Amino acid sequence: MSEQGQSTVRDGVVVETKALTRKFGNFAAVDDVSLRVKQGEIFGLIGPNGAGKSTLIKMLTTLLPSTSGSATIAGFDVILQPAEVRRHIGYVPQLLSADGSLTGFENLLLSARLYGIPRRERRERIERALARMGLAEVAHHLAGQYSGGMLRRLEIAQSLLHRPAVLFLDEPTVGLDPAARETVWQRVLELRDRFRRTMIVTSHHLEEINEFCDRIAMIDRGRIAATGTPVELKSRVGPDATLDDVFMRLTTATSETEAEGSYGAVRRNRQAERRHG
Amino acid sequence: MAQSDVTGRPNADTVEASTDNYLTQVFAVAAAEVQKLYHDPIELLTRAVQPVLWLMLFGEVMARVRGVAPGGIPYLDFLAAGILAQSALFVAIFYGISAIWERDLGILQRYLVSPAPRSALVAGKAMSAGVRGLSQTFIVYLLALLLGVGVSLDPFHISGVVAVIILGSALFSTLSLIIACIVKTRERFMGIGQVITMPIFFASNAIYPLSLMPNWLRGVSHINPLTYEVDALRALMLANVESEYGLIFDTSVLAGVTILLVAIASKMYARMAY
Repeated sequence: MSEQGQSTVRDGVVVETKALTRKFGNFAAVDDVSLRVKQGEIFGLIGPNGAGKSTLIKMLTTLLPSTSGSATIAGFDVILQPAEVRRHIGYVPQLLSADGSLTGFENLLLSARLYGIPRRERRERIERALARMGLAEVAHHLAGQYSGGMLRRLEIAQSLLHRPAVLFLDEPTVGLDPAARETVWQRVLELRDRFRRTMIVTSHHLEEINEFCDRIAMIDRGRIAATGTPVELKSRVGPDATLDDVFMRLTTATSETEAEGSYGAVRRNRQAERRHG
Repeated sequence: MAQSDVTGRPNADTVEASTDNYLTQVFAVAAAEVQKLYHDPIELLTRAVQPVLWLMLFGEVMARVRGVAPGGIPYLDFLAAGILAQSALFVAIFYGISAIWERDLGILQRYLVSPAPRSALVAGKAMSAGVRGLSQTFIVYLLALLLGVGVSLDPFHISGVVAVIILGSALFSTLSLIIACIVKTRERFMGIGQVITMPIFFASNAIYPLSLMPNWLRGVSHINPLTYEVDALRALMLANVESEYGLIFDTSVLAGVTILLVAIASKMYARMAY
C-alpha cells in the first residue's frame, strides 16, 4: 500500500479494503469488509435495502470517514490521501447529480473546472464526452429537459471527464425504461472493454448484475455474505439457481429500522426515480 | 484520440498548478450561478418586487416624518442604501436552502467527490451569492434613480458598491450555509431563516439611524455586520454622505467576518453528505 508511492497498483488490484467498518452509534452499517477489485473489472455490489452498500460506497468515495479499517483506491488511502483518491475516481450517485438548471455542456464545464482540466483541453474533451454518450445534439439544452436515460448518460460523462481509474455507479439504471437501461449498460461495457476502466456498480436488478458483472459481492447486514463470479455464486445454491435464489438464500432481506430502509431514504430514492423517469 | 486518455491511468501531468486551480474552482461554482440566472432571468424580476415595495410604500410614508435621517439627507436617500443592503441580505440568507436542496438532489455529492478543496467550494458558493446580490444592486440603483435619489454615478463609487455587495452577500450566504449544515432540513431552515433575518435587519442602521435606538439595541447593532455594510454602501452609493465608521473599517469588518465564516463552513460542509 503505502510503499507503492505513486498510483502504481499491485497485482492489478485497484480497489482494496481491509476490515473496513463504519458505525453509527452502536449500529455497524459496514462491518469488517475486506474486498479486492482488479483493474478492468465490473464489480457488482448487491444486497437488501440497508445492507450497507451505500455506506460502503460513501467511504470509498471519501464522502464518509470510516470508523476503523482501511481502504485504498489506485494505491491511495481514502482517509490519508482523500484529494488524490478524488482525482482517481468518478462517482455517479443514485440521486440526481446533474444540475437541471444548466445545459449539458455547462454541467460538463463545471466538472472540467473543478477537476483542473486545462483550459485549452476543456472544450474538446467536453465535446468528445458528449458525442460518446450520444448527447451532442442536446448539448446546449437545459439538463432539466432531458429524459431519464439522457440524464444518466450526462452524469456518466461528467464523472468520466477527468479519466478516473475507478467509476462508482450507484443504482445507475434505477427508474429507467428497458431501452434506456440497455444503453447505460452498453456504455459501461464499452468503458471496460475499450478503456479498461474499473467499475463498482450497485443494482437491485439482479438479472443485470448477473449479465454484466465480472464479479459480485453480496452484502448483508454490513458484512460480506459471499463474493465470486455470478456462476460461482449460483453454483453454490444449486444447478439451476438464479441470482435471485442466491440473494434469498444468503441474505436476510428484512431491514425495517436500518438507514437505507428509512422513510427519509425511501422518499429520496423515489424522488430520484421520479426525476430520472 | 491519444492513447494515453483511453487507459485507466491517472493523468496528474495534465493538472494545472494548484493556486491557479483553486481560483478556477471558486470561479467554476460562481460561473454556474451566472449561467443559471441567464437561463432563468424571471427570478430577477420577482426578486425586484420587495425593494420596490420598501422604497415606494414604506419609504414614501416615512419620508414625511421629519428628522429620521441624520444630517439633513432626504429620508428616501437614507433608505435607498439600507434597502440595497437588505435586498442583498434577503437573497443571501436563504442561500442555505439551496445547499440543502442540492444535498437532497445529489449535486452536493458531486461537488464533494471532486478534488476541489472544501474551502474553494464554500468560497464559490459565497461568490455565487455575490453574483445574485449584484443583480439586486442593479435593480435598486434603477429604482433609486427613478425615485430621484441622489445617487453617485462616479465609477470609483460604483466599483466600491460592487465590492461591498459581494463581501456582504458572501458573509451572509456563508452564515446561511453554516445554519444549513446544522439544521439539515429545508423545513427547519425556513423557520430559522425568518427568525434570524428580522433581527439582522432591524438591529441595524438599514432603515433608521442607530442614534434613534435605545442603548441596548444600539449595542446589538454595533456587533451586527449589516450595520457596517449599510454604512459603507451609504457613503458609496449617495453623492454627499460620509461614512460613519470609515470605509476601511467597514470593509475590514466585513472581510474579517467573511473569512472566519468561510473557514467554519469549510469544516462543516462535507458533513452534509453523511
